[in-house]
Amino acid sequence: MNLDIIESILFATIIAGTPLIIVALGQLIAEKSGVLNLGAEGMMAMGAVAGFAVTFHTGNPWLGVLAGMVAGALMSLLFAVVVLTLMGNQVATGLALSIFGGGLSAFVGKPYESEVLEAVPTLRIPLLADIPVIGPSLFNQQPLVYLAWALFGGIVWFLYKSRSGLLLRAVGESPSSAHSIGYPVIRIRYMATLFGGAMAGVGGSFLSVFYTPLWVEGMVAGRGWIAIALVVFATWRPFRVLVGAYLFGGVMVAQFFVQGSGLDINIPSQFLSSLPYLATIIVLVIISRDQNTVRLNAPVSLGQSYRPDA
Amino acid sequence: MLRLEPRAQPSQLMSYASPLLAIVLMLIGGLILFSALGKDPVEGFRIFFISPLSDIYGVGELFLKATPLMLIAIGLAVGFRANIWNIGAEGQYIMGGVAGSAVALYFYESEGPHILFLMIVAGSVGGMLWASIPAFLKTRFNTNEILVSLMLVYVAQLAVSWLVHGPMMDPDGFNFPQSRMFEESAILPILIKGTRLNAAFLFALSALVVGYIFMYRSFLGFQMQVAGNAKNAARYAGFSAKRMVWIGLLSGGGMAGIAGISEVAGPMGQITEHISSNYGFAAIIVAFVARLNPIGIFFASLLMALLYLGGEQAQQYMNLPSSISNVFQGMLLMFLLGSDVFINYRLTWKRG
Amino acid sequence: MTPDQGAENEVRLELNGITKIYPAVIANDDVNLKVRRGEIHAVLGENGAGKSTLMKMIYGVARPDAGEMKWEGEVVHVENPAHARSLGIGMVFQHFSLFETLTVVENVALALPGNIDLRDLSIRISEVSHKYGLPVDPQRLVHALSVGERQRVEIIRCLLQDPKLLIMDEPTSVLTPQAVRKLFDTLRQLAHEGCSILYISHKLDEIQELCHVATVLRNGKVTGDCIPSKETPESMASLMIGKELPVCQHEVPTELGEVRLRLNGLTVVSDDPFGTSLKNIDLEINSGEIFGIAGVSGNGQQELLYALSGEEPLTQNEPIVICGEAAGRKLPDARRALGMGFVPEERLGRGAVPQMSLAENVLLTAHGGGMLNKGMIQFEQMYEFTRRCIDKFDVKCGGEKAAAKSLSGGNLQKFIMGREILQMPKLLVVAQPTWGVDVGAAAFIRQELIDMRNEGTAILVISEELEELFEISDRIAVIAGGKLSPPKKLADTSIDEIGVWMSGMWPDSGKADAKSGERQADA
Repeated sequence: MNLDIIESILFATIIAGTPLIIVALGQLIAEKSGVLNLGAEGMMAMGAVAGFAVTFHTGNPWLGVLAGMVAGALMSLLFAVVVLTLMGNQVATGLALSIFGGGLSAFVGKPYESEVLEAVPTLRIPLLADIPVIGPSLFNQQPLVYLAWALFGGIVWFLYKSRSGLLLRAVGESPSSAHSIGYPVIRIRYMATLFGGAMAGVGGSFLSVFYTPLWVEGMVAGRGWIAIALVVFATWRPFRVLVGAYLFGGVMVAQFFVQGSGLDINIPSQFLSSLPYLATIIVLVIISRDQNTVRLNAPVSLGQSYRPDA
Repeated sequence: MLRLEPRAQPSQLMSYASPLLAIVLMLIGGLILFSALGKDPVEGFRIFFISPLSDIYGVGELFLKATPLMLIAIGLAVGFRANIWNIGAEGQYIMGGVAGSAVALYFYESEGPHILFLMIVAGSVGGMLWASIPAFLKTRFNTNEILVSLMLVYVAQLAVSWLVHGPMMDPDGFNFPQSRMFEESAILPILIKGTRLNAAFLFALSALVVGYIFMYRSFLGFQMQVAGNAKNAARYAGFSAKRMVWIGLLSGGGMAGIAGISEVAGPMGQITEHISSNYGFAAIIVAFVARLNPIGIFFASLLMALLYLGGEQAQQYMNLPSSISNVFQGMLLMFLLGSDVFINYRLTWKRG
Repeated sequence: MTPDQGAENEVRLELNGITKIYPAVIANDDVNLKVRRGEIHAVLGENGAGKSTLMKMIYGVARPDAGEMKWEGEVVHVENPAHARSLGIGMVFQHFSLFETLTVVENVALALPGNIDLRDLSIRISEVSHKYGLPVDPQRLVHALSVGERQRVEIIRCLLQDPKLLIMDEPTSVLTPQAVRKLFDTLRQLAHEGCSILYISHKLDEIQELCHVATVLRNGKVTGDCIPSKETPESMASLMIGKELPVCQHEVPTELGEVRLRLNGLTVVSDDPFGTSLKNIDLEINSGEIFGIAGVSGNGQQELLYALSGEEPLTQNEPIVICGEAAGRKLPDARRALGMGFVPEERLGRGAVPQMSLAENVLLTAHGGGMLNKGMIQFEQMYEFTRRCIDKFDVKCGGEKAAAKSLSGGNLQKFIMGREILQMPKLLVVAQPTWGVDVGAAAFIRQELIDMRNEGTAILVISEELEELFEISDRIAVIAGGKLSPPKKLADTSIDEIGVWMSGMWPDSGKADAKSGERQADA
C-alpha cells in the first residue's frame, strides 16, 4: 500500500465520518436534556432533500445547508410538539418521524432524482495542508469537515464550561429537580431537540450537496440510526463521538481498503456495504455488556416524558 | 390560553376515539397536501380513497395487501405490549421470504403439497432466526433491540441483493437480479376467482384469533402486558424478563417470515431485490393505530392497504410519486401519537 | 422559648384564603397562615392533608387558584422559585431536588442567579457549612453522599441566599435521632438570627420540642392553630386526625416456633454504582415473631430486600434459607411457592401495576391459588379472590375492576397487604408498611401484622420509622453500611441506643461505615 492510497483512504474516511459527527453531536445535546429522538434518519432525509433542492435552484451550497438545517429543525419541532407538549411516547414518535421523513423526502425529491450538482471545491488550509499524507487528507477538505471540528469544540465548551451546559445536563438528569428549583424544563428540552434536528438536517444536506452530490431516495441509508448508536457507543461524551464517527467513516469506505490492499480477492460488494451495519451491532454489544458504564453516563431521564404539575 | 389539564381518570372514550381523530386529521392533511400540489383536493380524495375499491379485483387487492400487514402487526403487537421494540420486521420478512424461496427453488420441477408446507415452515424459521439475533444480544448482553433489529434490516436487504445476483439468480434470466418463477406447487392457492387474494389471508385471520386468545386469555400474555406496563412489577412477581424478550421478538420474526412467504409465494411468484414494499415498517404503524389490539389490527391493516393502493392510483392518474402513501402513513402515526394525549388530559381554557 | 425579642410582632408571611384544586382533589381549601420574624412555625398534618402543596405555592413551584399571599406586608404573586428566592424564601424539599451526577458546588450554583465562579462558591460553601455546623465537601458528587449530607447541601444552598424564610418539608424522616437534634440546633440558631422557619411535619413530639406555633391542616383545611408547648400530643393529634390516635394491641410474645428465614453470611456486591453492598449478614427469624430492621435509608435496605424477595437472585442457594429450603437462586415466584410473601416499599409500579385493575393485580402474585388452568386465566377465581381481599381488608375502591392507581396510598397498601396475607404465607417480608399512609390505615395495617404474628407467621419488617418498629417489633436490629447489627429484644433496648447503632456504631461493629447523617459530623 503506497502513501497515495493511504492518503486517499484517510481523505475518504474523514469525509464519510463528518455527517455522523454533526448528526451525533446534535443528538448528544438533545439526549443530554433527556430527549431521545429516534427520528434522526427521517430528519437527515429531509435535510438532504431540502439541501439538494435549494442548492439546485440557487446554485449556492451554503443556502442548501441552511435549508437542510431548517428542514431538520422543522421535523424535530413536529417531534417536540408531540413528545414535549402532548407527552407522546418518545420511542414510538421517533420511529414515526423516521418513517414519515423517509416517505416525505422521497415524495418531495421525486423531481430531482436524475439531477446532479456541481461538486463543491475543497478548502485548502495553507501550511497545514503541506504536511505529507495527513496534510492533504485533513487540511484540504470540504469546508463542512472543518465546521464539524468547530462544532465539536463548541459543544465541549458548552457542556462542560458554560452555565447553560450545566443546566442542560441538570435537566436531563432530573427534570423534576430542575423544575422545583425553577427552571423551564420543557423550554430547555425544546431548544435541545431543535438543535438536534437542525444538526441532523445539516448532516443530511452534507450528503446530498457535498458528498455524493445528488439526491436518491433512501440515500441516508441508515446513517441516522448509526449516529444514534454512536452516541450510545460514545457513552454521551463528545470526544468519543468524534473518534467513533471516524472509525465508522473508515468502515464505510471499506471498499477502498480492499482495492488499496492490492489483493486479488473477490468479496461481494454487498458484504462490504453491510459492514457499517454489522460494525454498529458489534459496537453496541461491546458497550452494552457493561451496564454500569452505560448507567453511569446515560442521562437519567432519557426517553421519559415530563410534565410539571403547576 | 389553552391548557392541558390532567383528567382524574383516563378516558375510555378517547382511547377509542383518538385513532378515529387521527384518521380525520390525516384526511384533512391529505386535502391540504393535494391543494398545495395544485391538484383538485376532492378529485384527489376520490382517486386516492374511493377508486381503488371500485371493483372486486380492487377489493381483492385491498385484502391481499392487508394480509402481510396483519401477519406482521399481530406478531409485533405481542412484543410491543411488553415494550419489546422489534422494529426490524422488514428484515425478518425478507429473510423469511429468502428461506421460503430457497425451499421453492430446491424443489423446482417437483410437485406435492409438502413444498408449500415446507416453504411456510422455512419462512417462519427464517424470520425467527433473524429476530433471534437481537433477542440473543438483548438477553445476553443487554444490547438495545431497536438499533440491532433495525441494522439487520439493511443487512437483510444487502443479503437478498447478493443472493439474487448470485446463488439464487435465474440461470435463464439474462442476468436479471431475480430468481426463477416458482412452479405451481410453490404458489399459494387463490381464494376468490378474478382476484389475486390467496390463502395467506386465512393464515392472517387465524393469527389474529390466536393472538387475541394469547393476549387476553393466557397467563403468558398477561405477564407480557405486566412487563410492558410496569417492569418492576413484573420483576417483583417473578416473571422472567428474558423469556418475554424471546417471545416478543420470535413472534414478530416468525409472523414476518410467514408474511414474506405470502408475498413470494403469492403475487410475486419469485424472489427479487424488491421483495418488500416497506411492509415491515407499515406494520409498525398498523400495530400502533390498532392499539396493539387484534381486532384493531384487522381494520388498521385494511386502512394501511388502502393507502398503498391509493398511492398507486395517484401515481397512475395524478402523476404523483407513489411514495405519497408513506407520507399518509407517517402523518397518520404522528397524528395518532399526538391525539393520544387526550386519553389522559383534556383541553381547558384559562385566562392569564 | 420565644422568638427573637423586639421584632416579635413583625409578620413576614401572610396567607389569606389560599385554595388549590387538582382534578381529583381539593388540595388546599381557604388556608390562612401567618409567620412572624424569627418564628419556627409548624405546619402539622397527616399524609395527604395538603402541607406540601401549600409549601410549593409559597415557593412558586405551583400556583394557587384563589387567595392572596403577602410578603412583608405587600401582596405578591410568586411567579417561580427564582422569584421566591429573590424575595428571600428558601426551601428544603422532602424528596431532595438535587442532581446526583453533579458535584455539590455545581448543585448549589444552579440555584444561584448569574454566572458564578465555582472556586469562590466552594469557599463560601465551606464558610456557611462551618458557621452552621453542616459539614460537607463541595467537590464531591451528590450520589456519593448520604441522605443526611444531601439534606445539608439543600440547607446550605438556601442559606447562601440569606433567606428570611426557610421552608423545611418533613426534614427528619431521613435522619437518626441524634442527627435530628443537630438539625434542631441549626434551626434554632437560624431563628435566633431572625430567619423564619416553616416546619412541615406529622411528628408531634418533634413539633413540641422545636416549634413556637403550629397550624394544623386536615383534608386541605386549617383545623386549628396552637402553641405546641402548651398542648398534649393527644390534643394535637385530635386536631390533626379528628379523633384520638389509635393504639395497637400488642400481646406479650409467646414461645418462638421454628426458624422460617435464615440468612447465612449473606453477601451481595451491588452492581448499581450508587448502591450499597451487603456484608456477611446473619439472621434468623422464627415463626410467631415480628423482627424489625431499622436504619437510615440508603444503608443496604434496598439491596437486602431485593435479595430476600428474589428480584435480584443470588448466584448461590445457601445464604438464604426460606422455610428450611435453600433458596438464594430462586426467583420471586418460586420463593412464594415456599411460603414467603413480600410487600415492597413502592406500591405503584412494583407492588401493583398502576394501569391494571385490582383483579389483574391479584393475578400478579396470587395466581398460584387455582387461578390458572393449562396456562389460561380462570377469571371466576380471580374475581372471587379480589372481592374477598377488598371485603376483608376494608379497601375503599371502585370495585374489583378499579385501576390500582385510582386508590389512595393507604387503601392500595391495604389491598397489597391483603393480597399477600390471603395467600397465608409462613413468612412475610414487609418494607415500610405504613409509609405515606394515613393514620387510620397505618393502625389497621400494624394490627394486621400483629394478628398474623399471633397466628404463627414469621414477619420481617424493614422500616425507616423507628417509632413504628418500637410499636410492633419483638426483636430489632439495625442495618448500616450494608452490615446488620446483632438483634436485641425490644425490652432490652431503647430508641436512643438504636439511634446510635444507626450510625454504624454498635459493639463489635468494626465500624460499619454507615452512610448516616453522622458521618463527618466532627469534620
